[in-house]
Amino acid sequence: MGFAISQSSMNDQAPQPSAGRNGTLAIRFTLNGREVAIAVDPTERLLDTLRYRLNLPGSKEGCGEGECGACTVIIDDLPANSCLVPTFQVRGCNVRTIESIPPSSLQPMLESGATQCGACTPGVVVTANWIKEHSGVLASHTMRALMAGNLCRCTGYDGIIDGLENWIGTPRGGRP
Amino acid sequence: MRVLFRNCFSIRIKPLPMQRLEGLSKLSGAERYLDDEPLEGSLKGCLWGMTVRSPISRGTIKRIVYGAGFDWSTFVVVEPADIPGPNETYLIENDQPVLAPGYVRHMHEAVALIAHEDRNLLRRAVSSVRVEVEAEPPVLDFRVAPHADQIQRGSDNLIKKLQIKKGDVHAAFANAFKIVEGEYETGAQEHVYIENNAMSAWIENGANGDVVVVRGSMQCPYYVLNALKHALKRDETRVRVIQAPTGGGFGGKEDYPSTIALHAALLAMKARRPVKIIYDRSEDMAATTKRHPSLVRHKTAVDKNGKLLAQQIEVILDGGAYVTLSPVVLSRGIIHAAGPYTCENVLIEGKAVLTNSVPYGAFRGFGAPQTIFACERHMDRIARALGLDPIEVRRINLLKDGQTTSTQQTISGGTDRHALLNETLRVSEYDKHKHESEAFNKTHPYLRRGIGIATVLHGAGFTGNGEVYLNSKVDVGANPDGKIEVLAASTEMGQGTNTVFTKIAADAAGYDTADVLVCVPDTFRVPNSGPTVASRTVMVVGKLVERAIDDLAVQLGQNGKPLRGPSLKKAITAWHAKNPGKELKGRATYTPPPNVKFDDKHYVGDAYATFAWGACVAHVEVDLRTAAVRVLDFTAMQDIGKVINPVLAKGQVQGGVVQAIGWALTEEFKFKDGGMLNNTLTNYIIPTSDDVPPIRVVFHENPYPFGGGGAKGVGELPMDGPAPAILNAVAHATGADARAIPLTPEHLLPLL
Repeated sequence: MGFAISQSSMNDQAPQPSAGRNGTLAIRFTLNGREVAIAVDPTERLLDTLRYRLNLPGSKEGCGEGECGACTVIIDDLPANSCLVPTFQVRGCNVRTIESIPPSSLQPMLESGATQCGACTPGVVVTANWIKEHSGVLASHTMRALMAGNLCRCTGYDGIIDGLENWIGTPRGGRP
Repeated sequence: MRVLFRNCFSIRIKPLPMQRLEGLSKLSGAERYLDDEPLEGSLKGCLWGMTVRSPISRGTIKRIVYGAGFDWSTFVVVEPADIPGPNETYLIENDQPVLAPGYVRHMHEAVALIAHEDRNLLRRAVSSVRVEVEAEPPVLDFRVAPHADQIQRGSDNLIKKLQIKKGDVHAAFANAFKIVEGEYETGAQEHVYIENNAMSAWIENGANGDVVVVRGSMQCPYYVLNALKHALKRDETRVRVIQAPTGGGFGGKEDYPSTIALHAALLAMKARRPVKIIYDRSEDMAATTKRHPSLVRHKTAVDKNGKLLAQQIEVILDGGAYVTLSPVVLSRGIIHAAGPYTCENVLIEGKAVLTNSVPYGAFRGFGAPQTIFACERHMDRIARALGLDPIEVRRINLLKDGQTTSTQQTISGGTDRHALLNETLRVSEYDKHKHESEAFNKTHPYLRRGIGIATVLHGAGFTGNGEVYLNSKVDVGANPDGKIEVLAASTEMGQGTNTVFTKIAADAAGYDTADVLVCVPDTFRVPNSGPTVASRTVMVVGKLVERAIDDLAVQLGQNGKPLRGPSLKKAITAWHAKNPGKELKGRATYTPPPNVKFDDKHYVGDAYATFAWGACVAHVEVDLRTAAVRVLDFTAMQDIGKVINPVLAKGQVQGGVVQAIGWALTEEFKFKDGGMLNNTLTNYIIPTSDDVPPIRVVFHENPYPFGGGGAKGVGELPMDGPAPAILNAVAHATGADARAIPLTPEHLLPLL
């Protein structure tokens, strides 16, 4: 709801109730390879659970409405905007966040200039890592199309695309 | 003249340049922005702060009704009466209140502040607050003269009026072969740094009493410090500003963080507890500054070859509700309005006017992209009016060394702008794309391709005597272990300050980069090296870093002979052994390059110590069925002196170009009653990776002796050329004579 007195504020987020206000749901899920058991309010967002309750603030909130991708996590092997996922929905799921990716593997992204301010970067890296793990999708889609769910305002995307190509090990195509 | 073209697009640079210092921390998600930090240490017991905002654009506040159903005694509420000093945000004119003092001038203006430890309860409580305002007639269109009941400043709502005059335009118009006129408009633009504004404040004990500490996302710690000193009535020993990791700025965190810092500080002072204010995207987009909308009119006299005989230009900027930075945005705007061309007769008249919009502020380019858009579209329209090639019209007019700009600044420095243009055409495969497009358009049923160019300049550093007034300072600390620490207020916000300062300092000291530290900007530790704006950090502040190291090296050397490398390191450790517990520093204060003089009353002289030069080519495709424009290929050529770090510099250019593509084609503001209607990323459309092509970047290297490491500014130049190049390409593709951006399909369709 942000600054909800204004009629022109269109981005009314779902209220995030205090613990116990609406009753909670007890759930278990796998987070970065470990079992997690937690009681959640039905309206609690996965992004907030990760950031503020499970001490995993690597996933960022850029827009809170599933446009920017800064909060991208992997749920059962598919990228998802964690700001749009009520936490209870990941009951029994396998959730992976930016914190599951070893920093040592990210050297190609560093060398290409894939990060500048860094605020979109964790989401970018999670999506890029997913593409790397599913490189078969590149047969039918370009990297640029696959990365289009992650907005970056600093790099103009070349540093990200070049880094991903180097990370996956495919030569850069289509350009002299 | 040394000309070296470095094509960053196709050549793998070897050896690899220094890697971004905090790069792996950012890539792995380990970097902690303010919202990521646990409420421990200084933030223990932290409250969340939120802002009550005006529901309308202009009026008198009748009362603030705090909603029923909340125990307001558990909340901290700040109203204007809680401000210890003047209710003013310290900047050029101090006319913007910290909290609306009984009247509001724009939608979403801050009226009151509320804090509570339960963030969710706070959100509901703030939603319950009703601000009752008796409406007065707002000014919502800067292009229309205000009625009497809309006057809010002086007799005409004028914020600033400026003029540049060279030669006699009227005599030239009388003898012209042809006169070409045109009117050009640009829209507002939102920065969309991905990290929203974030600020914290707490109270500490200090030597002279309690200290208000503010830490947050910002570009200019000393702007924030000055704002705190002014409105809190404290001296610099009792306010302290620390930069937190900053997730993008682009000018959007130049002046507005001063307001948020004051808000956080006022809540923390009243609560006597730490306070964090984190904006969400909708609040950040609706309430913070934007790029100034502009209207520019050109009237140009030319001879039959397209040579410019007289340029008469009128620039009008929408300043928004308060003065903020508009006078200096206007200043930069008019100085760039005549483009990188020589013309003996120039008259430029600029004004910034008050409206009841959110205050428009700094945004990458700072008025220059607006006026260069008009100039570069106009150059193409001159070519068309004369039946000439737009390249030739530029060639015949491009400034050569020894010629003068509109402010009669004699251009020097040895950059050959004709060679720059030729190289841009070569790299972009201009001729090939042009001919292929023309052939393609004859056969394709509904797609049309075209190519367009823009040649640009960008003054680096503050305008006129601005750098002299800033009087920037840099220290370097020499630590007992022999390492050197750069002490400057210049911030890292993604553009690479820390990495580049480390490299510049290491090169100056003859050190390994591992032996150089860069201090986090903290007003208790670093001197005021000026704001992190105006493409000045590497060029101006980087030079001060070198000079501060020289100062240190001379202090430790004998007979004024500076020490470098291992001998410098050894001398530092030896000094500390002799002077245990003492501080050893090298210092530097800005001095202008020789013979740089500007008359800021008449706008005559050296408006900038130097200019960066550029040219760019856009190749576009227009779908006649949908009127959508797609950029197929883009080349940006930049003369930025010496390139300090090719990866970082290339990233600045590619990011700037893509931001400009968004401004040109999709980023459209929708207003309702003066407020931003599309304040979300769902319907304020910035480019995705799939919307833009790879950006070809070419650097022309011509070291600038008065810039750090030989560099000139790079940050803003890439923003200047893309919009006109794209619209010129659309005109080539379709014949559409578009003169306003953003050129969304809705705006292009009627022109096809």
